[in-house]
This record gives sequence, structure tokens and C-alpha cells, in this order.
Amino acid sequence: MFYRETGQFKTSYAADQQIFPIRQDRIGIVLLLAFAFLALPLFASNYWFNAILIPFLIFALAALGLNILTGYAGQLSLGSAAFMAVGAYAAYNFQVRVDGMPVLLSFILAGMTAAGVGILFGLPSLRIKGFYLAVATLAAQFFIVWCLTKFPYLSNNSSSGVISVPNVEILGFKFDTPQSRYLLVLTIVSVLALLAKNMVRSTTGRAWMAVRDMDVAAEVIGIRLMRTKLLAFAVSSFYCGVAGALYAFCYLGSVEPDGFSLDLSFKILFMIIVGGVGSILGSFLGAAFILLLPIFLDIALPALSELLGLPFGSATVSHIQLMIFGALIMFFLIVEPHGLARLWQIGKEKLRLWPFPH
Amino acid sequence: MQFFFEVLIGGLLSGVMYSLVALGFVLIFKASGVFNFAQGAMVFFAALSLVGFMEHGAPLWLAFILAFVVMTLFGIATEKFVLRKMVNQPPIALFMATIGLSFFIDGFAPLLWGNEVRALDIGLVDEPIPWILDNWNMVISKFDLFAAGLALALVALLALFFQYTRIGRALRAVADDHQAALSIGIPLQHIWALVWAVAGFVALVAGMLWGSRNGVQFALTFTALKALPVLILGGFTSVPGAIVGGLIIGASEKLAEIYIPPVMAGWFGGNFGGIEGWFPYVMALLFLLVRPEGLFGEKHIDRV
Amino acid sequence: MARQIGEVILDLKNISLRFGGVKALTDISFNVREHEIRAIIGPNGAGKSSMLNVINGVYHPQEGEIIFRGEHRKDMNTHEAAAAGFARTFQNIALFKGMSVLDNLMTGRNLKMKSNFLQHALWWGPAKREELEHRRKVEEVVDFLEIEHIRKTPVGRLPYGLQKRVELGRALAAEPSILLLDEPMAGMNVEEKQDMCRFILDVNDQLGTTIVLIEHDMGVVMDISDRVVVLDYGKKIGDGEPDEVKNNPEVIAAYLGTQH
Repeated sequence: MFYRETGQFKTSYAADQQIFPIRQDRIGIVLLLAFAFLALPLFASNYWFNAILIPFLIFALAALGLNILTGYAGQLSLGSAAFMAVGAYAAYNFQVRVDGMPVLLSFILAGMTAAGVGILFGLPSLRIKGFYLAVATLAAQFFIVWCLTKFPYLSNNSSSGVISVPNVEILGFKFDTPQSRYLLVLTIVSVLALLAKNMVRSTTGRAWMAVRDMDVAAEVIGIRLMRTKLLAFAVSSFYCGVAGALYAFCYLGSVEPDGFSLDLSFKILFMIIVGGVGSILGSFLGAAFILLLPIFLDIALPALSELLGLPFGSATVSHIQLMIFGALIMFFLIVEPHGLARLWQIGKEKLRLWPFPH
Repeated sequence: MQFFFEVLIGGLLSGVMYSLVALGFVLIFKASGVFNFAQGAMVFFAALSLVGFMEHGAPLWLAFILAFVVMTLFGIATEKFVLRKMVNQPPIALFMATIGLSFFIDGFAPLLWGNEVRALDIGLVDEPIPWILDNWNMVISKFDLFAAGLALALVALLALFFQYTRIGRALRAVADDHQAALSIGIPLQHIWALVWAVAGFVALVAGMLWGSRNGVQFALTFTALKALPVLILGGFTSVPGAIVGGLIIGASEKLAEIYIPPVMAGWFGGNFGGIEGWFPYVMALLFLLVRPEGLFGEKHIDRV
Repeated sequence: MARQIGEVILDLKNISLRFGGVKALTDISFNVREHEIRAIIGPNGAGKSSMLNVINGVYHPQEGEIIFRGEHRKDMNTHEAAAAGFARTFQNIALFKGMSVLDNLMTGRNLKMKSNFLQHALWWGPAKREELEHRRKVEEVVDFLEIEHIRKTPVGRLPYGLQKRVELGRALAAEPSILLLDEPMAGMNVEEKQDMCRFILDVNDQLGTTIVLIEHDMGVVMDISDRVVVLDYGKKIGDGEPDEVKNNPEVIAAYLGTQH
């Protein structure tokens, strides 16, 4: 009833090519951003900032990075956490070793470092595809984490590679409250999400998707496979790298190489499966889902055990969590391979026709 | 030089164990085109079931049979509830589903059998063979030799099974072309369930051997990570590839662990141990750059 | 506007192609003149698709020479071929299934776009301008092929006949000087075939595009092509105008079989 595009005629291609061609969507996104930027900082508690909102945004950014590579360019990677690690450690080193290095610049440089490493590990994609490539990305996962543990220089000679990052300060303003860090992360993630959306709706994104859908045909119409794939690796790793830097600087404050394990890579992969492969929105939905699920289960399972009169140990709870995670992944792949983003889209289609679907 | 051979042989013997896990991957991949990341979790599950039945008083042989039954049921359930519902999805989606499956098993197995690390005694001790120690002054473990022998026997058995039985022929037909196999009346779904059962059997043997050596624990699921570089090296569809790949990876990884870290320490200073985690991957990767089809894979020509 | 068949623009000399021990093409020579419709026919497995693949650089022949607009080459790579003005369709449709019709057509114009990914990311200056300019061009193709109604439909959801049409559209969007069509009418019903013939003739007539096509429907081939080359078992057995080829005893033998 309220969600209609009737009467909204596009008279130029520019109008037709907007990110949100439907007016109600534009209003929706403005309201959402206003809520995130203005309302949330006023009302949310420190717990919400530290445990939910900040990690949600950071994971969404990492998922967005993986989605560019896997969802858009079709190259499955199991090493996203390693590229986050590169970002975190690079940002740390730029901060510690260069006097007066602005934080934002060190984040960008960290992303670029991760992009460089990403290109290096993306090189095999020129000769191998599919599973072979997925396994090859594990090489990045294990090798990078090992390097960060074993080369003391990379962690400024701290024991076993643990780094504690300095406080974030931009133009004299100290980001020392959860609220201010949330706003910083939100700004960075919003800007990067917009840039990603622009890339995937232009020639760059079309080249990625062409390579994903049918690489031989893409080559025949003049798309250079090497450049396209490596660009996807670079951009994807840039996003993961910035996410890693934020993870260290705005979320945990102190990180160790083993924190960027294969498990974290899988978690990010799950986010895009659940959220929607090849969807910017999906990266956010998936991150929220995968982040909130364990929090929900942590509360729900003990309550359930009390209800049933069966005492669950904490080990049992974590086992049940693993099972639910695994089952959910399979469930989504079977029932809705395009994830929550597609469900959202279907919901909108229905709403357009509501209340007279026929 | 003696030491070199000792490490080499130790590496080859443990490489056979990698081959065993890789074999489970190859079987399922050949028959159904599914790259089963959960193979490692299945090793864990099988070993836990074995040890679980033994704790309830079953002798080894009976526990082995019961655990095999469990793995078969599990294989059938996987086929029925997951794979069958994902026909026509791209292989990469199936692969991701098996990552989910692997998480599911990682939670389910300890929930069923308990969480603590357990010893598994199959009547073998990990001690040097005296005869070799006396004559050549090399430490070669009895256990490793036996495990390698068992693994080789299993591989030979499977090869015969595939080559000469009716089911084996049907399996190869399915591997070659699903549709064609279906059209001549081979029951595809039975075959898939069967393959998962066979892969379960392989996992059980692997789990028994690894478990009795290192204890039955969650770490067994990481055996999958050991087998993956073997697969890229040997090719996903080749049984000989899995074996030769396993041997190469096993030997080179152990040699690398001995000889590379001191060199690196000489260059950079510090401790560079623990390269086993990534060395096989990087090696397999470099190999792929030279020969993308793997050791035994066939060159693929894109038809357009 | 009557089209004028011009000089030879593509000349293939003594092309041989092998896969391992299998000879796909043996010593094949023929040429293509500007603005003509050139058909390649032959029984299944004759090497027709391989021939197209050699022309636009998907396969690299072991022997022979390709002369395109006076330039001698041993072989091409696909990118060079695309940049030189070759566009093609495939026997088994090779569209980008996850993308909309518009995006597929826009991809056909990728070589004409000069902006880089940073400009795309910022949606800035040349990126935005190009996106609009090329959209306009693509809409011309959409009009030409009468596919306005499916502009925004994901290609994977379209019926086979329309997919074939979209694939032609993607090739046309590149504004090629030579269009290679691999069985453009395979699997179509009579009506769809008529439409497709009309599009091919219109492209040739109105845009002056040179067309090399593979087709099994002899009626169509004899009707629309200017010259026909006939392959059998990787060898050339006939070459000439349709009437000539029709009466060539070797060609008749290859198609109908003869008693030796």
C-alpha cells in the first residue's frame, strides 16, 4: 500500500541508474542512516557499542570484502582472516614506526598493504580455478599467520606476536569512548560500502561478474582475465585489511596472530552464505545474523536447559552452537542459496503488490 | 646422512596416513563431484565412535564394526538430507555445505560421545624396530610401519573393489557421467550413499590409526587440512595421485621442518619452527603454477 | 541502401590445428570479404566451431597464417581479436547468467570504456558519463532486437530463444566489424528462426557488418549467405557461392553418403 513505484517515471538514464531507483527505498536508507548516526549514539549502552554494534560493522566490512571476491568475481577464498591480520599489523606498524602518521592514512595504507599481499596470493587464480583455488587460499591463511607469529619485527618485538595498539586520535580528537569509536567505524564502513556499491554497478563490477559467470566468454569480448581477477583480489583484500585494522584499533585494542585463524575465515564465509552471495546488503545482514546468533544461543540454551530440567554444561552449549551453525549453513544453501538478501528482495516484491496480489 | 634417511622414512610413513585421509576425499569427489571438506570431521567422528563403543565394553573388532555401522548410517543421512536436496547447485555451493557439515559433526560427535581426550589402544606401541636400530642405527617406528602397511593394504583393496566388482563398475560409471549412468539404470542415490559409507570406512581406519597414536580428540578433524595439499598435488580425481601426493608431502614436510628453520634462523635470527602448517600448501601451490592439472590429472580443454 | 561486397579483409592460409594426436583442422584456407555473409557448413565434428575459435583466438593453430586487414599473424589472442573488431556468439549460449540483459549488453561494450576502477568507485566524472553514454548505445541494440520488455530480467530466467537473441545483442553492442555466429538458429522453431534471419540480414545490410556464420539449416544457409565454405573431417571440401556448393559432388557425398 505504501510501497509503490506507481507514478515514478524515469525520464533519463541517470534516474534509472540510481542505486535506489524507488523513492520509498531512498527515504528508507536516509532514515536508516539518520538512525545509525544520530539516534543510536544517544541511546545505545556501552555494551551495545562494544559487543554488538562495533563488531557488527567491522565484520560486515570484512564480509563485504569477501563478497567482492567470492560473490561478485566468483573466486572462493578461505583466507579472509589472514588479510584482516595483514591489515591489523600493517596499520600497527605504520602507527608505531612513522612519527606523526595520521590514523586514517595508516588505515588506508594498511588496506593497500593487504591489497598487495592479496594480489600475491591471487596470482595462482590465473592458472587454477574452483576448489584448487580455494585450497590455495588456505596457503595464505596459514603462511601469513605463521609469519606474524615468527617474525618479531612485525609485532615490534613483542612476545608471540601480540600487539597492543595506541589510542585512535584524529586532528587532536581522541576516540576514547565506545560511542566515538562506533561513529568512526560507522563512517568508514558507510563510505566503503558506498564505494563498493558503485564499483559493482559499473564496468568493474560487470567484468567481475562476467568472469564469475563464464570466463571464456568474458575473455572473448575483450575482458582481461588477469587484470580483472587480480583487481578483485586487491579490492577484496583492501576491504578485509581495513576491517582488520578497525578490528585491532577500534574493537579489541590488542590482538594476536592466532586470533585471525581459519575459524574466523570460515565465520566470514558463513556471513556471506547466510546473508547473500553477491549482495552488498547481504554482507550486512549476514554479519548481523552470525554475530547475534551465538549471543542469542548463549541466553536461550541455558534457559532451555532449565526449562527441560537438563543441566547443560558450557561445553555442551558450545557443541550445540557448532551444530546449529553447521545446520544453518546447510539449511540456507539448500533452501535459499542467495541468503537473507534474496528473502528481503522477495519480501519487497510482495509488498509492492500488497494488499492485492492478483 | 643416516639422520636424513631416518627423517625421510618417517616422513614417508606419515605421508601414507595423509594419503589415507586424501583417499576419502578422492572417493567422494570421483563419484559425486562433491569436494567433501567434512572428511576430517568424519575421521574425528569415526574415531570417537570407535573409542566410545570400546568404553562400553565392546572388544576392538566389534567396536570397529559398530563404528562402521554408525558411519554408514551417517553417510546415508548425509545423502538423504543434504546432497539429494542440492542436486543442480554449483559444486562450490556443495563444498560450502560440507564446511557446514563439518561444523555440525564437530558439535554432534562430542555431544554424543563426550568431550575429553581419550587414549585408543589397538595393541600397537610406538617404539623403534630393534632390528633396524641395530643394523642401521635408525629409529623407525613399529607403529608407523604397521600403519603404513595397513593403509597400503586398504588402498589395494579399494582399487580391486573399484576395478572388479559390479558395484565398483557402477561407481566408475557414475563418476564418469551422472546422466549416462542414470539412463542405464544405475541407482544414483544408492551409489552416493554407498560412496559415503566407503569414505566413512576410510575415515574410520584413518581415525583408528591417528587416534591411537595421538589420542582421540578434536584435533583429529584437522587431518583434513593435512590432506588438502595432497589433493592439489595429486589431483582431486586420482587414487594413485592421493598416494604419491601423500608420500611427497609427508617426506618433504618432515625434511623441511628439520632443514629450513635453522637456515631461516641464520638469516633473520629467532625461532622459525612449525612450518609444517603451511609448507605443504605453499609447495603444492608452487607445483600447481608449473603444472595446473596436478600430478596425475588430465589436461582440460575448454570447449566453447 | 544496397550493400557493396568489398575487398578481402580476413584471409586464412593453410590453418592446421591439433589437440594432442587429434587433428581438428588440416590445411584449411579461405577468405572473407568485407560486408559479406560467409557461411561455414559441414557435418557434426567437421571442425566448424574449431575454425571460429581459431579466427578469434580461443584456439591457437600449430600451422598457418591469419591475415586481417593486411596484418599477418600466426595466431591471435582473444583480447587482440576483440579489440580488432571481432565479436561472436557461441554454440552453447555463453551469456553471463547472473546478470540482467542490460548488464550483459553493457559488458559487450567494455573495450570502449576507458574509466578505471577508482573512478567507478567514486562514481565520478568519466565513470558516470561513460555509464550514461554507453547505456544510450545499448538501448539502440535493445530497440533493434526488440527486447525492451526484458531489459532488466536476469538472463538465466529467459527462454532459450530469447537468450540466443540477447547473446547476439551482446556481440552487437561491441559494434564489431566482423561478427562470428556459431549456430545462431540451433534449437529454434520456425518463427524464431525467421526472426533471427531477419536480424542477421538487417545487421549486415544496415550496419555493413561482415558476418561469418555456422549453421546446420541448409535452407537458411543457402538463402542468406553470399559464399559458403564446406568442411568435413577437418578438411575443406568445397568453397563458393551457394549454388556452386550445392552441386559439388564431394559436398553431396559428405552430406548424403556415397557408395564407393
